[in-house]
Amino acid sequence: MVHLKTGALALTAVLLATTAVSAQQRELKYYGDFDPIPLAAMEALIADFEAANPDIDVVFQNFDHEGYKTAIRNFLTADSPDLANWYAGNRMAPFVAAGQFQDVSDVWEANGLSDSLGSAKASMTIDGKQWGVPYTYYQWGIYFNKDAYAAAGVEVPTDWAGFVANCEKFSEVEIDCLTTGTKALWPGAGIFDYINMRTNGYEFHMDLTAGKVEWTDPRVKATFAEWAKIAPFITSNHAAIDWQDAAALLIQGKAANYVMGNFAVGVFKEGGMTNDNLGFMVFPEITPGIPRAEEAPTDTIHIPAGAKNVEDAKTFLAFVASADAQTKLNGAIGQLPTNKNATVDTSDPFLSAGFETLSTAYALAQFFDRDAPAEMAKVGMEGFQEFMVKPDRIDAILERLEKARQRIYN
Amino acid sequence: MFPRPIQQTSLTAQWMYKLALPVALILWLLPLLGVAMTSVRPAMDLAQGNYFGIPSSFAFENYLDVFRNSDIGSYMLNSFKVTIPTVIGAVALSTMTGFALGIYKFRSNLLVFFLFVAGNFVPFQILMVPVRDLTLDLGMYNTWYGLALFHIAFQTGFCTLFMRNFIKALPFELIEAARVEGVAEWRIFWYIVLPLMRPAIAALSVLIFTFIWNDFFWATVLTTSKETQPITAGLSSLNGQWVAAWHLVSAGSIIAALPPVLMFFLMQKHFIAGLTLGAVK
Amino acid sequence: MSRYWKRNQLRLAPWLFLAPGLAMFAVYVIIPIFQSLSISFYDWDGLGEAVYIGTDNYVELIDDEAFYISLKNNVIWLALYLLAVPAGLFIAIFLNQTVRGIRIYKSLFFFPFVISQVVVGLMFSWFYAPDFGLFYKLIELITGQGIAILAEEDYVTYGIIVAGLWPQIAYVMILYLTGLNNVAPDQVEAARLDGAKGWKMLWYVILPQLRPATFIAVVVTVIGALRSFDLVSIMTDGGPWGSSRVLSFYMYEQALSEYGFRMGYGAAIAVVLFAIMMVFISGFIWKMWRDETER
Repeated sequence: MVHLKTGALALTAVLLATTAVSAQQRELKYYGDFDPIPLAAMEALIADFEAANPDIDVVFQNFDHEGYKTAIRNFLTADSPDLANWYAGNRMAPFVAAGQFQDVSDVWEANGLSDSLGSAKASMTIDGKQWGVPYTYYQWGIYFNKDAYAAAGVEVPTDWAGFVANCEKFSEVEIDCLTTGTKALWPGAGIFDYINMRTNGYEFHMDLTAGKVEWTDPRVKATFAEWAKIAPFITSNHAAIDWQDAAALLIQGKAANYVMGNFAVGVFKEGGMTNDNLGFMVFPEITPGIPRAEEAPTDTIHIPAGAKNVEDAKTFLAFVASADAQTKLNGAIGQLPTNKNATVDTSDPFLSAGFETLSTAYALAQFFDRDAPAEMAKVGMEGFQEFMVKPDRIDAILERLEKARQRIYN
Repeated sequence: MFPRPIQQTSLTAQWMYKLALPVALILWLLPLLGVAMTSVRPAMDLAQGNYFGIPSSFAFENYLDVFRNSDIGSYMLNSFKVTIPTVIGAVALSTMTGFALGIYKFRSNLLVFFLFVAGNFVPFQILMVPVRDLTLDLGMYNTWYGLALFHIAFQTGFCTLFMRNFIKALPFELIEAARVEGVAEWRIFWYIVLPLMRPAIAALSVLIFTFIWNDFFWATVLTTSKETQPITAGLSSLNGQWVAAWHLVSAGSIIAALPPVLMFFLMQKHFIAGLTLGAVK
Repeated sequence: MSRYWKRNQLRLAPWLFLAPGLAMFAVYVIIPIFQSLSISFYDWDGLGEAVYIGTDNYVELIDDEAFYISLKNNVIWLALYLLAVPAGLFIAIFLNQTVRGIRIYKSLFFFPFVISQVVVGLMFSWFYAPDFGLFYKLIELITGQGIAILAEEDYVTYGIIVAGLWPQIAYVMILYLTGLNNVAPDQVEAARLDGAKGWKMLWYVILPQLRPATFIAVVVTVIGALRSFDLVSIMTDGGPWGSSRVLSFYMYEQALSEYGFRMGYGAAIAVVLFAIMMVFISGFIWKMWRDETER
């Protein structure tokens, strides 16, 4: 109730401010695709921005998350806003290549972002220029049910061999060692990314998703050989269930481990788990000595080529990149700020673990469907799903992926 | 394999038949009954694994929940906004095309007629990319009228087939008599033929209402946001939000199915007349 | 002017009546068919410039495994969907009696057809759901091991077709019920006196009289089978690993989904689907043409 009231007050204040100075105000159009909680956080950020820049009026329009992915292709050409949400990595490459996003390297330069947003810089850079500003990311890793570990009488593993050995023990007490729900395909890609990065390292993973390595390469086969060790212990109907269904299995203790992003913590806790029985671990090392890279999908804001108010859009980007704004925004949505000078809520063990994990990581990947081009991502993720169910088809699957690679990247 | 009228059979056979009817019906509607049951099951039952037993209570609040916590109301409204203009538009256009093709003899008559019929059967996918581009160019992408306009155009094919066959069966002497009297053609259409077409108009309206209400493909191609998407597309995205909440999915499904079902039961005679036109001649 | 109109009224009037409907139909249906044909020779992502690539899309199609899976599934759909015709006939004969309340039974049997395919798809997803679905439980009861139909590449297409058959059988049933109303009772009686029974009666006496209903039933079933999109999209999204795709779905996936904006390639798939459908459409039109010109 209190929350609602302050919201209403803020709204009134904004309305008053709008009417008072609307004559001199410049309009800044911003399209985004937020779920309810991040939406509220972004609206608060916008209010702060308007308070700091009374001559700018941000007109924000929110889209449905899935619809946005198609809508952006239309509005970028037909009716361009001044700012638009999108994602880092290869996901933004088609827009950059088609000249739909503006180069914002000057914003990075002027605000020292190369330093403060250093960890995310690589994923925002194409042809040596930066094409947007990141405002949030979150860690991936293995979430586990401590009760399931107790039921099987095993310890949390410290390396891959230990993890695989545990799987046998879990299967003896009829607990799925690893769960996932691949109806929407992407959860399976998290498993692949980690096993590949741990087996062959970050650079190899990036080369593979960038289409520079053949999928039939022996190193890729080595990745799948590691994966095959745990494939029999993955929830058997995963192709028919969603990631939330799989989360329920972990909550009920029918599954022990889950390779997931930090957003799943909310679902685990809604299902009754607490900090006492929900655990988080970094994906264990496979090939000894390989520097540890992590998945950290980054959400970003861009200036479309057709923007009318570029000056103010750049002011907004600088604001979003600032440590204070990111601290506040991410505090509200329970994710991690990309600005290294921002602070994180230390009372949340998963957030602090994530901050620790990511800030000490050797490098960050965006996630398979953002690092690889969309079409490759689709073919790849179907392959991963098939592999988990039919591991013996590995050769046919890799040949299919290789064929797709040759066509898509040519 | 063609049974005698049941009245001519033995009493036992009659009883068997009367018993078989409800049993067959229940089996036939099993998926539907299951969903209807689930829609009034409290969430707690589902969480405890009570999927098929007696519900611990009847949770009609699931329906309230759906309305309160999702945009289903706005999706339903959008469906009406798309469906009703489509019914009016397609029926209006096809009374005219049907009249033209049913009454007048001209050389390309059959050719035009079969153009409509064939167009009505083409796969949607061959139209998808150009229609989407056209709607974008017209600035009607993601609006209810952009979607309705396409539906009107496409349904004109089926409606013309229907109307033309209906008009063809009308007594032609009426029109000839009027022509001898010197009545203008548009007056013949308006005052003589149109009143006779009332049953056809009723049948088509009910049918088109159902077709358009249930359309999913074009809704996903031409609309994207909750402000414009009709219930079919809306339900599909709600399904994404309500993973594992089958009581909500079920309640939402029932709500989405309600208008055409009501339409069917209220207008049954017209509906079936519409569907079966041409099936018996 | 008015004299010209008077003299030519009969010649001009049909075209004036046709104009609005024909114009709309041309803009939204006829012309797009040719535009799609032309787009299929381009490489276009809907964003930048379209690049002419000749027949490359079709060449790629010939070597595309997913295309063949879709094609194969389309054939399965077509073959099994036609089961709706005998099944609908069977139910129609079963219900073709006059007892109290039979009208209610007829409408209740029919009403799956009125429900949107999205809802039908959700209902059957629930029916098939692993671990708690009614169907899963039944199989588990019988064999001791449940089957998640929608996760098995060997069963998934059949599972979806069953969902599609449900409303389609209802549709065919209503066509036949109306047809049965018009079956001449005296002919049936006469045949009975001649000793016609069972299958012979159905095949030689009843079915010939139901020919118009059968024609329409086959037409709508074939079109329905080839148009199948909603159920695949709702129930599996083409999965697991693309094994339940059909051409209509594959086209959409390639041209307009999150993971593909290949308008040209999608158009090429649509052209193939269109060609397949044209075979059937031409057949129907040819038969209708014959009927029309004979009269």
